Amino acid sequence: MLATLQPPRTFSRFPLYLTSRPVTLCTLAAQSPPSTSPPTQPPHSQILSIRHSLLTRQVTAARLAESHISRLRLTEPHLKSFLHVSDSDAVLRQAALLDQRIANGEEVGPLAGVVVGVKDNICTADMPSTGGSRVLEGYRPAYDATAVRKIKELGGIVVGKTNLDEFGMGSTTEASAFQVTANPWDVSRVPGGSSGGSAAAVSARQCVVSLGSDTGGSVRQPASFCGVVGLKPTYGRVSRFGLMAYASSLDVIGCFGSSVTDTGILLHAISGHDRLDATSSKREVPDFASQFASINLLESKPLKGLRVGVIRETLDEGVDTGVISAIRGAASHLEELGCSITEISLPSFSLGLPAYYILASSESSSNLSRYDGVRYGNQAVADELNSLYGDSRAKGFGPEVKMRILMGTYGLSAGYYDAYYKRAQQVRTIIRKSFKTALDENDILISPAAPSAAYKIGEKIDDPLAMYAGDIMTVNVNLAGLPALVLPCGFVEGGTAGLPVGLQMIGAAFDEEKLLKVGHIFEQTLQNCRFVPPLIEDDTACMSFLITFPTSSALFAELHFFHLMNALPLLATYPEGILSLSRCLHAYPKSLLKAFGFLWAAPLVPCPFLSCLPGS
Amino acid sequence: MMASTIFRSIQNHPLLLYPTALFRRKNGVFYCTMKSTEAQTATQEKQKPQIKNPPRTQTKTSDKFSKDYEAVIGIETHVQLNTLTKAFCGCPYNYGSPPNTSVCPICMGLPGALPVLNSKVIELAVKVGLALNSKLSLNSKFDRKQYFYPDLPKGYQISQFDIPIASGGYIDLDLPVEFGGGHRRFGITRVHMEEDAGKLLHSENESYSQEITASPLPKYCTTFYCIELYSSLLSRIYIVVFTFNQVDLNRAGVPLLEIVSEPDMRTGIEAAEYAAELQRLVRYLGVSNGNMQEGSLRCDVNVSIRPIGQAQFGTKVEIKNLNSFSSVSRAIDFEISRQVLLHSQGQGDQITQETRLWEEGAQKTVTMRKKEGLADYRYFPEPDLPGVILTKEYVNSIRDSLPELPEVKRRRYEKMGLSMQDILFLANDVNVAEFFDATIAKGADVKLAANWIMGDIAAYMKNEKLTINEIKLIPQELAELIASIKGGTISGKIGKEILFELLAKGGTVKGLIKEKDLVQIVDPVEIEKIVDKVLSENPKQLEQYRGGKTKLQGYFAGQVMKLSKGKANPGLLNKILLEKLNAQS
Ligand SMILES: [Zn+2]
Repeated sequence: MLATLQPPRTFSRFPLYLTSRPVTLCTLAAQSPPSTSPPTQPPHSQILSIRHSLLTRQVTAARLAESHISRLRLTEPHLKSFLHVSDSDAVLRQAALLDQRIANGEEVGPLAGVVVGVKDNICTADMPSTGGSRVLEGYRPAYDATAVRKIKELGGIVVGKTNLDEFGMGSTTEASAFQVTANPWDVSRVPGGSSGGSAAAVSARQCVVSLGSDTGGSVRQPASFCGVVGLKPTYGRVSRFGLMAYASSLDVIGCFGSSVTDTGILLHAISGHDRLDATSSKREVPDFASQFASINLLESKPLKGLRVGVIRETLDEGVDTGVISAIRGAASHLEELGCSITEISLPSFSLGLPAYYILASSESSSNLSRYDGVRYGNQAVADELNSLYGDSRAKGFGPEVKMRILMGTYGLSAGYYDAYYKRAQQVRTIIRKSFKTALDENDILISPAAPSAAYKIGEKIDDPLAMYAGDIMTVNVNLAGLPALVLPCGFVEGGTAGLPVGLQMIGAAFDEEKLLKVGHIFEQTLQNCRFVPPLIEDDTACMSFLITFPTSSALFAELHFFHLMNALPLLATYPEGILSLSRCLHAYPKSLLKAFGFLWAAPLVPCPFLSCLPGS
Repeated sequence: MMASTIFRSIQNHPLLLYPTALFRRKNGVFYCTMKSTEAQTATQEKQKPQIKNPPRTQTKTSDKFSKDYEAVIGIETHVQLNTLTKAFCGCPYNYGSPPNTSVCPICMGLPGALPVLNSKVIELAVKVGLALNSKLSLNSKFDRKQYFYPDLPKGYQISQFDIPIASGGYIDLDLPVEFGGGHRRFGITRVHMEEDAGKLLHSENESYSQEITASPLPKYCTTFYCIELYSSLLSRIYIVVFTFNQVDLNRAGVPLLEIVSEPDMRTGIEAAEYAAELQRLVRYLGVSNGNMQEGSLRCDVNVSIRPIGQAQFGTKVEIKNLNSFSSVSRAIDFEISRQVLLHSQGQGDQITQETRLWEEGAQKTVTMRKKEGLADYRYFPEPDLPGVILTKEYVNSIRDSLPELPEVKRRRYEKMGLSMQDILFLANDVNVAEFFDATIAKGADVKLAANWIMGDIAAYMKNEKLTINEIKLIPQELAELIASIKGGTISGKIGKEILFELLAKGGTVKGLIKEKDLVQIVDPVEIEKIVDKVLSENPKQLEQYRGGKTKLQGYFAGQVMKLSKGKANPGLLNKILLEKLNAQS
């Protein structure tokens, strides 16, 4: 553990940052953004700097926390990345306690003084945890999620709860019941989702690191959009206890950091078996960050012999040319580092998206049953049981969630189960096998994290298919349960300073160590890549982006389809409801039917994606 | 209030709690229990015609036809497992704890909480599977059964769907002698693990029974009733409609085994005995207390009838709310009569697939909800729990640890030469059987040991309301007592006295004999002395005896016994006494 390492030894591994740029911390502490660090320099580890500064008494945890809170206050009105910000007194008290311990010469954990943002679908004791849903408005859990508990035990300070698409269902944070988060690189754009709040908060340095959750790409796509490092661990690496379930067999808690090192340190902190999660793995957790090679000790070809497969299907039609060239550039960079690059094909790749939406929706329709207004959360006033359920859920859930509950209920219904859920499971097996084969032949696979850079707020809200299609790069990894790291690799035009593009590295199960090692070298050797959004490059920038953008309610008002969903009584729980809904959908515009054809039309129309499967 | 009074009084009525009630009804005293409870208040009297008349005419009419039909009965039994903690969390479960005192985020279904299987549940399920001669699935899994109900915190029940932990199998039992006796083997379809739901509480001033009679089916519940309710008491359903906010989640997440029988039973008695044998089995195995009143063992019964000789099953009706074996038996017999009557009146098509409720007060079944098509529970594999994988070694180790089961015990007792009545008595309660076994293991005579246990010991336990584990007598001392009597150390009469001493205070037979100087006098010289003393003290009676009044022998024997403080060996005493009495005639 880091806590047991002697400071000098730890830092000798990172001489570059600690000796050359301690100034960053001073400026941070002085409430000025790290404008002194040229944005094109590779990011340093904030966590290690904080630890060094604390242990050498250059700065107190209280001052660090204070500076983060002020930055948060300054930027929050424009970003809206937090649904709840901790009481600053409470944060400062925790920090003061740490300072006390340091002053007493007591040992402090590796996350001591590190300000952490936590996605709001992860439970935090005595702090609101809504999952971005009205149905849990005001709900305060009685317990901390295991990941949060571990962070607190290691000295981390939870500064607030970050915004998300309701229960993690969405790719923009526009499906949050409370607010839309803006992208720090261009506030007229979405930060991605569903962990958009966590990504934006780290990107804007509102917190040092943050927790997100990734069911179909919810950590990786926002990391790409916001230009930060995002890690989706192997399924089972991190306990899900305390994570509000969306799709239990796909959900993982993931990490955001402004550098690969920070991301690795956070992952190490939260990983490991948990007796409260039967699906958490008993595998040993390596100390990811301590494995990192020091950059000045690197040879000319530090990644020599590493076999990298570029997934051909991810650089196909439908992917922005800017994104493709950024990924190709990243591939050449890896080649320069000594990797052997081959283009590989995963024929089952395109099957992932429909399979994902069937499985995730099916599980969510079950997981969200508990939000019935009976024991906690908002309860509708009703004079009989059926309307209590119906009204509580109709009022509590947003349109995207209702949509997925309905899809999932349909997919699990008698007579449809075999055509949808079961078939999707078969697809999942095929995908898992094809990844296994590809990862036997390659050390890592690379692809974009999203087909485009961040798009405009409202741009895809009336085109759910386009939004769902955006998940194509990431969902396969969840279906296969593999780890994947996303880190900035280039830019496309857009905003005032360009928009970041993320590179996705996919590794074999439980091989996060390799991903982080490669990612670290890639990151530290990348030239001319900006890592800090223009928003916080200088103080004035903080005030100069008062661009108005549409509010969420105005956006939603435009959407006939979602209105239809709202107007319908809550049918999600009853088979006849599903049938009548599917009839409504059949009567709806063709474009929509096309979007959901694979889910709604069968058994009238054979499913185009799934009927071609072998063995069916 | 009235209706609930009926319910309560009948529930407490001892007649209904013992098999004797069944027997009475069989002999034509169908309404004896009804009368005794109904006559309690005037308001109840009013209900009498409604309750009494239909079943009576029904019974009469259907009797003529009943011989042409046979009933087909299958039973679904839910057995609560007595694990220390619930199935998927660390909460203990104790029946009767104050509401919501044994709950945690997991069993309350709070956001983010996950189930983790208590491995003891698997162990107990494997035990039951093996004891029912079932085939165990070495690779099974949990599934989610989804429906909405306030007592189901997660909106789904963790259960097993297509791959139960055990399938197939059978259970053997012996019918009580008073019902004609006979050995039966009933098939078992499957055994699966699942979690219990919570309980809905009704407020004090509301009576569920009243609501049942007052308002049959509220309209808005139609859809709801398509969903199978977990709870077996209709009362809960109705109360929920009015005061649904009162949910007690203590029971939520308690492990259950659902045991489904083949439709092999033909009469109410067979069904009740099947349930009783299951109770015996789980008690022998120590996996559940099997208490029906506390809901640790719950039976839902499926009944259909068909003309004798027809292979196809008739339309089946499910009966719920059966809180005792006798209600199982009576509800089934009522339902058979009802269905036979409908058939006999040419209204067989009126038997629809429905769930009916046994009303203990009215002694009849009433419609609870009609099944409008099959409920869709949208089962799918539980993603939060890994598969349940059993190894052969694990199964074998559990098989090796199984105790002697009731059927094996009965067959062993049979070989010992005990009568079926004795066998059923002794083997009925695992503790009694163990006591008996321990007694004979100490060398006691089998028949004598059985007689002592079934006679004086059982009577004592009944009077003192004690179980066999609570009495002070230990098997070794019973064996010693039997041996002492048999060996002549003490008389049977003294033996009884010692027995009660041992039952109440404990101690050893030898110690008591010594302490109270109770050793039998077997020395003829000593007995002769006492006889001489008695004869000399009663010259008048002696004269009368010798004058022909030989009945006085009993008087003399009594006096001798009294003088010897009961210790004189009766055989010897009589022999010597007779010799002396007749010496000079
Ligand atoms: Zn619990």
